[in-house]
Amino acid sequence: MLDDFFTRAIVAGLGVALVAGPLGCFIVWRRLAYFGDTLSHAALLGVALAFLFEVNITLAVFAVSVMIALALLLLQKRATLSSDALLGLLSHSALALGLVALAFMTWVRMDLMGLLFGDILAVSKADIAIIWAGGIAVLAVLALIWRPLFAATVSAELAEAEDMHPDRANLVFMILMATVIAMSIKIVGVLLITAMLIIPAATARRFASGPEQMAVFAALAGMASIVLGLESSLRWDTPSGPSIVVAALVLFLLAMSPVGGWIGRLARGRKQLSSTERSSS
Amino acid sequence: MLQPEPPLISLERAGAIRGGRWLVRGVDLTMHKGEIVTLIGPNGSGKSTTAKIALGIIKPDEGSAHRKAGLRVGYVPQKLSVDWTLPLTVARFMRLTGGVSQEAADQALKATGISHLLASEVRNLSGGEFQRAMLARAIARKPDLLVLDEPVQGVDYSGEIALYNLIKQIRDDIGCGVLLISHDLHVVMAATDRVICLNGHVCCQGTPVAVASSEEYRRMFGDRVDPALAVYEHVHDHTHLPDGTVRHADGSITDSCHPDDGHHHGDHHHGNHHPAPLSGADAGDSANPGEGAHNAR
Repeated sequence: MLDDFFTRAIVAGLGVALVAGPLGCFIVWRRLAYFGDTLSHAALLGVALAFLFEVNITLAVFAVSVMIALALLLLQKRATLSSDALLGLLSHSALALGLVALAFMTWVRMDLMGLLFGDILAVSKADIAIIWAGGIAVLAVLALIWRPLFAATVSAELAEAEDMHPDRANLVFMILMATVIAMSIKIVGVLLITAMLIIPAATARRFASGPEQMAVFAALAGMASIVLGLESSLRWDTPSGPSIVVAALVLFLLAMSPVGGWIGRLARGRKQLSSTERSSS
Repeated sequence: MLQPEPPLISLERAGAIRGGRWLVRGVDLTMHKGEIVTLIGPNGSGKSTTAKIALGIIKPDEGSAHRKAGLRVGYVPQKLSVDWTLPLTVARFMRLTGGVSQEAADQALKATGISHLLASEVRNLSGGEFQRAMLARAIARKPDLLVLDEPVQGVDYSGEIALYNLIKQIRDDIGCGVLLISHDLHVVMAATDRVICLNGHVCCQGTPVAVASSEEYRRMFGDRVDPALAVYEHVHDHTHLPDGTVRHADGSITDSCHPDDGHHHGDHHHGNHHPAPLSGADAGDSANPGEGAHNAR
C-alpha cells in the first residue's frame, strides 16, 4: 500500500496533523505563534548543520530547535528585552546563519524551495516510520503533562501554588514543540509549519466547549486539511505544502461562516439540553 | 512522647527584593491547622508577596520559607484572566489542578451559590461570579491550607458576609488553615484568629474586635452590623514620613523600619491606639489610603 507515493504522502501528513492539532491548541492559548515561527526558521540552520556534519536531518533540526528553545528560556530570565524581541532576534539570526552556512557549502546541491515549502510527495517509508513513532511518543508525553501544562496555561502562579510544577511542564512542552517541528519540516516546509499548528486549532475553537475537545477537533481539522490539500494538489497540479495550508484556511473560513455557526449551534444546543437534563434529575 | 504537629507554613525573617526595592522584608509568619490569619495593609505593602512567598511562588531573597511536606493548597489569586481563546467551562475549571471528585465540585458550587453556572464559560462570568467560582475551585480541593487573596472583591455586601460565613464554615468542617488577604484596612472577618498588618514589613499584629461590641462602631456601621465582620485596631510604634524615613515612638528617625534597626522589640508595642477612621471603616471602600495616610496618630 505504501508503494504509492501519494498514499505515503497522505499517511505521513495525517501523522503530522494528528500531533500538530493538540500542540497547536497550546500555541494558540499561550499566544506562542511567533515561537513556532522561530523554531521553524531555526530548522534551516539545523538542515545546514546536518549537511556539514553528515548526520540525519530530522535529528539535527530537533537538536537545533531544542537549543533555540533553551536559549529563549535562558534569555528570558536574564535579558532586559521583551519576549517578542528576543524571538525575533533568535528567529532571524538562525535563519540567516543557516542560509550563509548553506552558501559556504558549495558541494551541497540542495533544493531550497523544497526546504521552505516542503516536499511531502518525496517522503520515504523511513520518514513515515519516524513521523508516526515520534508522533505517538509526543502525544503520549503530552497526555502525561496535560493537566499541569493546561493549569499553567490558565495561571502559572496558581499551578505553582497547587503543586503542578509549571516550569517542568513548560520545559517538556518546548521539547515536544521542537520534536514536532523536526518531524514536519519535510511535509509542509519551514515557512508553513506554524500554519499547521495554528489554523486547525483556530478552526476547532469555534466548536469546542472544553480544552480536550478542542485538541481532538484540531487534530481532526488538520487531518481533513491534509487529505483535501493533497487531493486538490493532485487534481490541479499545485505545490503540495501550500495546498494543504490553503485547505486548512478554507476549513477555517467555513467554520467562521454561517455554516459553521449552524453546526456550532447544533453542538451547543445538544449540550444545553444535556445539562438541563442533568440539573433536573 | 507526643510530638507537636508541625506548622502548615512558617516564614522566618522572609523578604523579597525586585529591581532593587524590597517588596516585603523581615516577615515572620507561622500558621497552624484550623487557624485563620488575615493580612491587611495599604496598596503595595507586600500582602500578596507575603502570600506568594508562603506558597513557594516567590522564593525568599532573605530569610526562609517552609511548607509542611505534602501540603495541599487551595489558592485564590488576586487576579486571573482567562484568555478568550481558551474554551473553559466552570465544570472544567473546577478540575484544573486535579484531585476533585464530582461530588466535591457540586458541593462547593452549591456552597458558593453558583451551581447554575456549571456549564457556563468562565470568560462570560461577571466579576463576582468568577470570584465565587475561584473560591469554589479552591475549597473543592479540600485543602490543608486555603490562601485567599482578596476573595470578596467584586462581591456585594450581603455576598461578602455570606462568603465570610462560608470560609469559617469550611475551616470548621475540614479544619484547614486559612490565610486571607483583606481588601479593607480595618474591617476583617470576625472569625479571624490573628490579624497581621503589613507595610513592607510586619507593622503590628493582634486580634480583631467585634463590631457589635462597641457603641461607637455600631453607630459607624449603622444597620450594616453583622457578626461576620470585625474591626482591627492598629497599634503602630512608628510613623512613615513623607520622605521615606521612619519616626519611631521614642522620637528617633531612621531610614527604614526593617526588623534589624533596633527599634522593634518583639511584641512590645509602645505606640498609640487609633480606632478605625470613618472612611476606612466603609466595607465597600476598597481604595486604600496610600503609605502616607497609614500613620499612627
